[in-house]
Amino acid sequence: MSMPATSSISAPLGIGAYLTCLLGILWRESLRFLHQRERFVSALVRPLVWLFIFAAGFRQVLGISIVPPYETYILYEVYITPGLIAMIQLFNGMQSSLSMVYDREMGNMRTLLVSPLPRWFLLLCKLLAGMLVSLLQVFAFLLIAWFWDITPPPIGYLTVIPALMLSGLMLGALGMLISSAIRQLESFAGVMNFVIFPMFFASSALYPLWRVQEGSPMLYYVCQLNPFTHAVELIRFALYDKVNWLSLAVVAVCTAVFTLGAVMAYDPGRGFARRMPAGGET
Amino acid sequence: MMRSAMMISVCTAGLAAWLVTTTPAAAFLAYVSNEKSNTVSVIDTETWSVIATIKVGQRPRGIDLTHDGKSVLVAVGDDDTVQVIDVATRKVIDSLPSGPDPELFVQNAAGTILYVANENDNTVTVIDIDKRARIGDVQVGVEPEGMAISPDGKVLINTSETTNMAHFIDTTTREIVANVLVDARPRYAEFKRDGSELWVSSEIGGTVSVIDPVKRVVIHKIGFEIAGLRREAIQPVGIGMTKDAKLAFIALGPANRIAVVDVATRKVLKYLLVGQRVWHVAFTPDEKYLLTTNGVSNDVSVIDVAAQKVIKTIQVGELPWGVAMARP
Repeated sequence: MSMPATSSISAPLGIGAYLTCLLGILWRESLRFLHQRERFVSALVRPLVWLFIFAAGFRQVLGISIVPPYETYILYEVYITPGLIAMIQLFNGMQSSLSMVYDREMGNMRTLLVSPLPRWFLLLCKLLAGMLVSLLQVFAFLLIAWFWDITPPPIGYLTVIPALMLSGLMLGALGMLISSAIRQLESFAGVMNFVIFPMFFASSALYPLWRVQEGSPMLYYVCQLNPFTHAVELIRFALYDKVNWLSLAVVAVCTAVFTLGAVMAYDPGRGFARRMPAGGET
Repeated sequence: MMRSAMMISVCTAGLAAWLVTTTPAAAFLAYVSNEKSNTVSVIDTETWSVIATIKVGQRPRGIDLTHDGKSVLVAVGDDDTVQVIDVATRKVIDSLPSGPDPELFVQNAAGTILYVANENDNTVTVIDIDKRARIGDVQVGVEPEGMAISPDGKVLINTSETTNMAHFIDTTTREIVANVLVDARPRYAEFKRDGSELWVSSEIGGTVSVIDPVKRVVIHKIGFEIAGLRREAIQPVGIGMTKDAKLAFIALGPANRIAVVDVATRKVLKYLLVGQRVWHVAFTPDEKYLLTTNGVSNDVSVIDVAAQKVIKTIQVGELPWGVAMARP
């Protein structure tokens, strides 16, 4: 690996350099997003399948209890919408991690890594770009859901943005952390099995936690420990112009921990990258 | 002197402007009869919360305010009377002589006479509200329930649950002048404001019959269908029609839905999910909101009429049955 250490650059870099780098990465990610139309479509189709088909089967399941932030009885499709939004972000985070692995395999990452800017900054830019892409996906989904009579209060579309930014960063950082441990694209199936599915199903995305508690107290605790649950609840409350402080704290802490972990893991001196065999990028 | 007067007027204007912008347009009180807990819950429509609970007689159901807004009348079936609650003190102060098991009632346009359907003895009792005196009885079908009065005050309608009829009663002679057969278990009757149509809901039949009050025939039947729900679960009861007669909101009982119906086309526009076994409905006087009583889930749902959306559900007493709002 020919990765120049940032310390070898003696002249301090100006803000302009950082900005150029940030815009460059954002531009590349948005190009990648726009050109991969099937990716956009599939990111949209996945939650819509859940909404139109899965939720239709369970339409009458709820409606026996009112849980905050809701103030009245709701149909199942209204309940799972925030869960599906978080699912979009979860998949997006994993997709970004997949693209990191791809970039590494294809050698594109080398171009990025020769940048004189610090590694952590490059990773943060990448995270930010991934998060912004997920925002586009989420709003496209919300637009379609609106026609399906899922109509949160108009202010909710604004208040949900900061929540989405934070949850998007958390899930993106998680994906990045995982990607640092993945050598080959083929291993991504394992991520599906061991990360995405358990995280999604052991959460409040598909069923309220009091329902889970009725069925299995053990699973209830697992769900509560799952950061994805808190991402879902943060989004759910924000979409209805409310704040779930516990979820906000959990998501904020997890974002910090995962980001730090990813930065360390991608640090050539320390993390998993060190364990990579030479020429692992090809 | 001049300057201080100006200062005062500016301050007053500012204060007035602030008051105008901060004081909500209108706050009303809703009175909900709780059939099982023998109470009436008072809901403030500004905060959407229960601000008082009034102890009343046994099995309170039909409820309304007197036209002067000073009293709430509530039919307490198991005590065989209609109680009078003083709005100011929130205490039962008197009772009116109904027949056995009064259920629903209606007042004449002047608010001086009360017509009460007595479920157990197949009569409608006529009461002079001011004198608190019974001034007549009309024999009707079995298990009388729904009550309505034509806008011109000439015709009183009573529906009898077991006879399955809407009885047309002449208010002067207090005689039945016509009977119109409707679907099984007619629960509630409501006139269009201009008196051109009478709507009667049939709980078991699952329909709302639209009756021409002049010809006294059923001219249309509104049916309801909710995907995924059994037909038997759809039981229309309470009806609320807007003053401009554009929309009607029909409570569908155990379907836990309110059907929003376009009055002109008589088509269901939408079903709104509310609490369980939704029974009766009432508009706020400004018709911005509609309140529904949900008997089994013990709550009241609030519907934003313009948006046709349920915005809130409030816990009240056990088995909420009827709801009445202060008149404008």
